[in-house]
Amino acid sequence: MPIHEESLIRPENLRKHEELNIDNVDVSGHWSTFIETRSVADYNENLEREISAFPGGAYIHRCWQCGACTNSCTVNAINPDFNPRYWIYLARLGMEQELLRDKEIIWQCVSCHRCTHVCPRDVEPEGVMKALSHWLEAKGHTPKSQSQHFDEEFYQQILETGKIEEGRIVRNFFNRTGQPLKQPWLIRMVKNLIRGLPIMLMFKMGLSTLFRPKTKDWSKSKHSIEELIEMRELERKKILEGNEAS
Amino acid sequence: MNDRTMRDELQTVAYYPGCALEGTGHAYNRSTKRIAKKLGLNLVEIDNWNCCGAMEVKNIDPEVQNYLSVRNMAIAKHKMGMDVVMAPCNGCYHNLKKAEHDVTHKEETRKTLKKMADKTGQPEYKPGDVETIHALDWIKHAIGEENLASRVKHSLSGLKIANYYGCMYTRPRHIFPEKDQGEGSESTSKPHFMDDLLRAAGAEIVEFPLKTACCGGAHTLSDCDTSTRLVLNILQAAEVCSADVIATECPTCHSGLEMHQIRAEETLGVKTQPVMLYFTQLLGLALGISPRQLGIHENISQSLGLLRQKGLV
Ligand code: SF4
Ligand code: SF4
Repeated sequence: MPIHEESLIRPENLRKHEELNIDNVDVSGHWSTFIETRSVADYNENLEREISAFPGGAYIHRCWQCGACTNSCTVNAINPDFNPRYWIYLARLGMEQELLRDKEIIWQCVSCHRCTHVCPRDVEPEGVMKALSHWLEAKGHTPKSQSQHFDEEFYQQILETGKIEEGRIVRNFFNRTGQPLKQPWLIRMVKNLIRGLPIMLMFKMGLSTLFRPKTKDWSKSKHSIEELIEMRELERKKILEGNEAS
Repeated sequence: MNDRTMRDELQTVAYYPGCALEGTGHAYNRSTKRIAKKLGLNLVEIDNWNCCGAMEVKNIDPEVQNYLSVRNMAIAKHKMGMDVVMAPCNGCYHNLKKAEHDVTHKEETRKTLKKMADKTGQPEYKPGDVETIHALDWIKHAIGEENLASRVKHSLSGLKIANYYGCMYTRPRHIFPEKDQGEGSESTSKPHFMDDLLRAAGAEIVEFPLKTACCGGAHTLSDCDTSTRLVLNILQAAEVCSADVIATECPTCHSGLEMHQIRAEETLGVKTQPVMLYFTQLLGLALGISPRQLGIHENISQSLGLLRQKGLV
């Protein structure tokens, strides 16, 4: 089929002909651009189920493709390839390979909740973005994203003490991801910060690296959180393995 | 209209500062407590509270995040006998609201949380046990604009302010059933409580289209370039609106704006003028509290010069 809107089609799927004659009609020039016919044979029929097993993905099945999420999306406004509606579409159809083309950017959702705010079907697309990125990591399609490192560091601290201490989070996060702490903008920021801080507060912050802020009697909470997480991981494993076996 | 929305029961509320207010948001904590004292309002800190999970724990598991929130709410209700929890941090506020929504509407959440409460020997949280409000709701409904205006010692007149509310204060709308309820209620598309209060304190409020734009707070450190770009949008828009100050009501937004203003300058060479101040610091100045007591020198963004120039210090 000839097409006008070339920008909407991926370049590798476009077929252009210098000269073309169809049924004795000369269609060279503007009318000679076609989309490659393709058939998709490698559906993952369980894709939607897999993704809905990850935190945030539970309501993906509700989507009716209105596009409001993508229209409202903060990241889409700076990168048109960031397209929540389309990814939900692919996930529901089971088009894993097509989804993988965007695997490097899916984690960049900034959780602004614009999509969840406007979604008429309560899909909670923000959660679906998180589920998609965890799924990518769990299936080995992408390494752990920076965002996942951050989440894990955060979770670990809460699990241990019931509270977080920001300085520790930042240090551990930079360590985990191998980034230098001596970046000019960070140094200037810390300088500005220290300039204004009262001695007592700095003393307290220094102490908090030795005596971490803690919620008292937290151990029972810790156990019951761990129990829940273990159960969830087991359920997820079953779904992923079950699918691979079938 | 003002009087109809005034609520006596807000004179004493349970206070949930959250982790950020004990760290980078220290000045917000300090200024909130200061203005409470000045206005004769009581804050009773939630006993032995825990972190709400911020924007991170829900990505590990949404029910764990809900557990973290309801544990605090249950303490406020069942151990302290409080009916209202006030959280100044948008993240905390959002999470407590989200938990309230989920226990009200999701059977599965109720069951999971009941089990966890039983195992840990804590009281179960039931829908409506407490009402969660933001620091903005609190000042707005415990004091109100008229009353506030009558207590102003140094009017903020001459100070042009853009009010920045961020994402978590208004989105998604279904977790804030009290918003968008007509006259007197907060709006999720054009929030105005901060505008109302600072205007009552004499400031000139500029029309600011990016009130609820995202600062990239969830990826402040994990995707710096995106965050810098989003923050720069906000700063430049405020500049175009000729604002001197961006008023904030969230420690994460506030430090995000401060950090990425510096980062934009260092890495992109783009310098922007507006300074950031917590709305509680601005109200405090208007009420005649000294900048030091409001922690203004503790902000990364240096605003004392501007405040001096405007005769507010
Ligand atoms: S807004 Fe909701 S229903 Fe519409 S496309 Fe996005 S996820 Fe689907
Ligand atoms: S939460 Fe994520 S996907 Fe949704 S609008 Fe914001 S950036 Fe886009």
